[in-house]
Parts: sequence; C-alpha cells; structure tokens
Amino acid sequence: MAQLTYRDAVAAGMAQEMRRDPSVVFLGEDVAAAGGVFKTTVGLLDEFGPKRVKDTPISEQAILGAAMGAAMTGLRPIAEIMFSDFFAVCWDIVVNQIAKARYMTDGQITMPLVIKSGNGGGARFGAQHSQSVENWAMAIPGLKVVAPAFPADVKGLMAAAIRDNDPVLFFEQKSLYATKGEVPDGEHIVELGKANVVREGSDVTIVALALMVPRALKAAEILQEQHGINATVVDLRSLVPLDTQTILREVAKTGRLVTVEENPRLCGWGAEISSIVAEELFWDLDGPIVRVTTPHIPLAAANNLEDAQLPNPERIVAGVRQLVD
Amino acid sequence: MTPVPAARGTQSSISPETRLKLYRTMQECRMLEKRAYDLFMQNLIKGTSHLALGQEAIAAGFGVAMRPEDYTFCTYRGHNHTLVRGVGMTEILGELMGNSSGLMRGKGGSMHLTSVKHNMLGSYAIIGAHLTIANGAAWSAQYRGTEQVAVCFFGDGTTNIGAFHEALNFAVIWKLPVVFVCENNLYMEYTSIHDVTAVERPAADRASAYGLEPVLIDGNDVDVVYRTAQRALDLARRGGGPSLIEAETYRHGGHSRADPGKYRPDEEVKEWLNKDPLPRYRTRLAQMGVSDSELQKIDDETKAKIDAATEVARNAPPPPLEIASTDVWANGGSAWRN
Repeated sequence: MAQLTYRDAVAAGMAQEMRRDPSVVFLGEDVAAAGGVFKTTVGLLDEFGPKRVKDTPISEQAILGAAMGAAMTGLRPIAEIMFSDFFAVCWDIVVNQIAKARYMTDGQITMPLVIKSGNGGGARFGAQHSQSVENWAMAIPGLKVVAPAFPADVKGLMAAAIRDNDPVLFFEQKSLYATKGEVPDGEHIVELGKANVVREGSDVTIVALALMVPRALKAAEILQEQHGINATVVDLRSLVPLDTQTILREVAKTGRLVTVEENPRLCGWGAEISSIVAEELFWDLDGPIVRVTTPHIPLAAANNLEDAQLPNPERIVAGVRQLVD
Repeated sequence: MTPVPAARGTQSSISPETRLKLYRTMQECRMLEKRAYDLFMQNLIKGTSHLALGQEAIAAGFGVAMRPEDYTFCTYRGHNHTLVRGVGMTEILGELMGNSSGLMRGKGGSMHLTSVKHNMLGSYAIIGAHLTIANGAAWSAQYRGTEQVAVCFFGDGTTNIGAFHEALNFAVIWKLPVVFVCENNLYMEYTSIHDVTAVERPAADRASAYGLEPVLIDGNDVDVVYRTAQRALDLARRGGGPSLIEAETYRHGGHSRADPGKYRPDEEVKEWLNKDPLPRYRTRLAQMGVSDSELQKIDDETKAKIDAATEVARNAPPPPLEIASTDVWANGGSAWRN
C-alpha cells in the first residue's frame, strides 16, 4: 500500500494498463509534455513515448473522433476532455457516434475506449468549468459512467475502464485531486458497476458519488456525534452499470434513503435512484425519500456563493434530520 | 488561387480491364439506386433515403482504386460507397427495407450502412462527425504500422461545419493516412452551397488553410476520379499524409425522399444531365473500341444481379424482435443495472 493522491492515482491506473497492453494509447489537450492541466498524467510521456501519449490541438470533436476511429480498428484509446463542461462542444461524437455505433451496426463494431474528464465544482471556476455532468452521460444508452471518490478506486476503476470493451466516461472530481489515500501496489482492478458501502449504519442510508462521498461521510460523523443518528453511506462509484442490488439491500436495512448529488436538481441521478427505490422497495420505506442536490441554477464563482450551492455536510445533515428525528 | 486538376481523364495507362470494372461498378451503383427508388415508390422502404444518382463516378473511381484493407467512411448518402466495397446487394436492399436480410438486420437503416468485414466502417448521418472518426482509423493504421488508408467522403455542406476544420488540421499535424473527398453536388440540402459559403470552391479553397494542395476535379469523369484516387492513396500509403479532394458532381434527384429538388433551375439540371457520368463513359469506351455488345452484357448481368437480390431481400422476414435489445454492450446485452 502506498499513499497516493487522487491525481497520481489517475496516472497510476493508466500506466498499469499501458504497461500490459501496447494497444492502449492516450490523447488530449496538454496531456503529454505538460502532464495535463490538473497534472493527472505526469510521467506518462516519459515512460511510454510520444507515439502513445499525444498532445492535441483544442479540438474536442477531433479528439473524440480520433479515439472512436482508433477504438473501432483495434486500439484501446484513452481521450481526455479537460473540463467535463467541454463535452457540450463534442457531445455529438459521444452520444450519436460512440454510444450508438455497436447497436446500429448489429454488433459489428466494438468500442473499447475511455474518456477521462475533470468534473464537478468546488474549485471556484465559475459556471462553465464546474458542472457535474455525469447525469448527462447516464441518460444516454450505450455509455458506461464512472465517478470515483477515493484514490484506490481511481486506480482500480481506471484500469477496469481501460480493459472494458465498451465506452466508459471516467469522471474525475476536480476538488478531490489533492486528496490522499491508500492505494494497493501492483495490479489493482475494481470491477465496474459495484457500489461500495463505506460506512455501515442502522438509521438511514445515504447514497452518494464522487465529492459527495467524503461530504456524506462527514455528515454521518456529525449525525452520530450530535444527533445520535447512525447512517450508512454508499459510494456508488459507477452510475452505469448501476449496482441497484447494493442500493436496495442497504436501503431495506435502514428503511430510509437520502441521495446526495452534485448535479443541478432536475433529472439528477438521484431522481433515477429514488424512482427505483420507490418502485421496488416502497413497502420497506419508513418515510419519504430525500434528495440533497445543487439547486437548479448555474454555479457561481465566489467562495461563499459556490459553497452555498453545492451540497455540504450541513445540508446533508439537515436532509437526514428532515427524515429521521 | 487556381485549383489544379489532379489528373487527366483519358490517360491510356488505365488498363482495359480496369475501365470495364469502372463501368460495371458505376452501372451497379446506378441500377441499385434506381431500384431503391422503385422500392420506395412501392412503399417497401420506409423512413428516408438519400440517393446518389448522378454521383456514381466518385464512388466507383475510389472503390476500384482502394485496396480491400483500406477503410471507407461516408455519409447518409452512402449506398454507392457501401456497394463498391463489395457488400452484397441483398444486404443493402434488405437494410433499406428493414428486414432480416439486411446488413444490420434493420437496426441501422439507410443512413447507417456499415460492413466491418469489408472495411466499410460506416455511413454517418450527423454532418462532419465522420471526418474526425476517419482520422482515428488512419491514426490506428499509422500506429499499427499497416499500409491502410482511410477514405472519407462527404458533401459540400460539410465544409461549413466545425468538425471539418478540426479534422483537417488534426490530420495534417499528425500526418495521417487519410483522404478527404468532398462530393460537391452544388447544394447543401435545399440551398445552393454558393449562397452560404465564403469561398467559391467549398473544399478546394479551404485546402491552403491547412497547408494542403488544392485539388479540384471533374467528379463525373470516372477516369479522372480513379487517377486522383490512386495518387492520393499512394501519397497516404507512403507516409505523405492527408489529401483533400473536391470532386464536382450533381445529384439527379432531390436531397432526400421528400425533396423533388424544384429549387434547381431547369437549365442547370439539363446541363448536368448532359454530363451524366454513365453515358459519358460509355461513349468514351465505345470510342476506345469496346463493343456495344460487351457493354450491353455488363448492363444485362447487372440488372439480373439486382433482380435476384431484390427478390431475396423483399421476401425476407422481418428481423427477430429480440434484437431490438441486443448489442448495446460488447457482451451482446443491454442491461444497465443488476
């Protein structure tokens, strides 16, 4: 076990797979010589050379198109979209092309590619560089969607995403890049589509993703210490495939569900999970489902404004207490 | 800027066998597309369809010049480009009719014909996207050290979308083995390309912005297309990087099934019908001594082939219902949850 930052775990997962498979290649803006604007790919150019680690122009459509064409013809490309907000300028390639090629061709095409992207708020970047767009991806059939919270999962899920034969959107939460955690040495793989119960409780089940996981854990501490409420926290890790078995099992144990998501309110992923739980577990619930979300507004840049918008431990505590009191 | 013609049309170095192949390929495209039109009229093909009647010389010239391992990327106006890679007529007509004999058993439709085993890597229905994807296939060929070339066909309207410009710059800086072929049929959909484009030649006049040679050719002369294709393919194979070719042509019909094409002046249509690539090539072959009976034999064989394919395709059962939910994922399934 080594202590790695979330940021370094990205490169560790990529390097692990690039060492074992020469068909894995990587492209993106400022990713090679500069090691990425968030420094998530430092060292890859040195180890794997300019043929496999490639800087591109600011051309998001060209980047993803190149990844798609390469994936269709035998490579396993990883493409970086620097900020996930930029998916808006290349969404055609993701949604109309990458996600549908296999289905439309009756299974002729296989699309083993990963698109990694800096996602989410908390870094004071303003409305065009802070969005959480994992729910956009979740809405499209044919895309797998991963968003880790901890360095070990970053490495293991990145490796699994690269080995997967389907397109995976890999969302890295920008505010987590500097966080540290234990990461297994040597080969490390975390299966896609498996949620992780990161805290076991008995009174309420909080389901969270990415940056919302540490905030939910903090909220659980406060709930325990100040209110005597014992919360389970489930880290989803993947939205597609969605580990509904773990969600349903953990909600059944406590009878209460609170989802915590960074998406703006409407059609955030918590709505889908709430719907599944309401349909399949209604008679086991002891109260209404509560969703804690970013309000349905763009994100502001100022410290106090952005802090007031994103779900934080205090708001999660309030959401839980609304349900359990 | 004076666009340079890429090659002369009547070079005698094209062998008689190749010329007959070019003729046969064009005729197959023409007759198959006419058959598609007839099947529409009989309401056996639903949805939409974009016919390339009149544009056969481009598909045939490239199709004959390409090696089997080269990749094709084309647009929704792609029946011809699919056929020239060796895909069966039954599979094409079956896909248009949406039944189990189709290339993708009705899961794609007219606008998405794809046959990976023929290296026909797809017909794309969102303008511009496939130029970037062709780059990816070319990058892969370059990375794997093969001599494959990706050839990407698109219309004049594509030259005004961002992906066109992203793709060209990208192909040049990575020196990719890709050939971009603009089939300039003078109209984007219902609007003249000249009315909406800053330059006279929508593709050729943009070439210099990417450090490429402007290539403007008569896209209705199959010999010219064939020669130009050979040159561009050879350049790409030798590591010389991409080419951008503008081939002037004309579609005989409207943009799609719903469009009678009435926005085009009668005189213009008449002028271009006189430049129809098929009678034009037939005349040239006759002048070169090919007998009328030999050409008639090709026509008859083609018609018989299409009749036979039509019979099989129109009598095929609908696709099995269960394939509506297969192959979202590589494991063959569509499950998004456990």
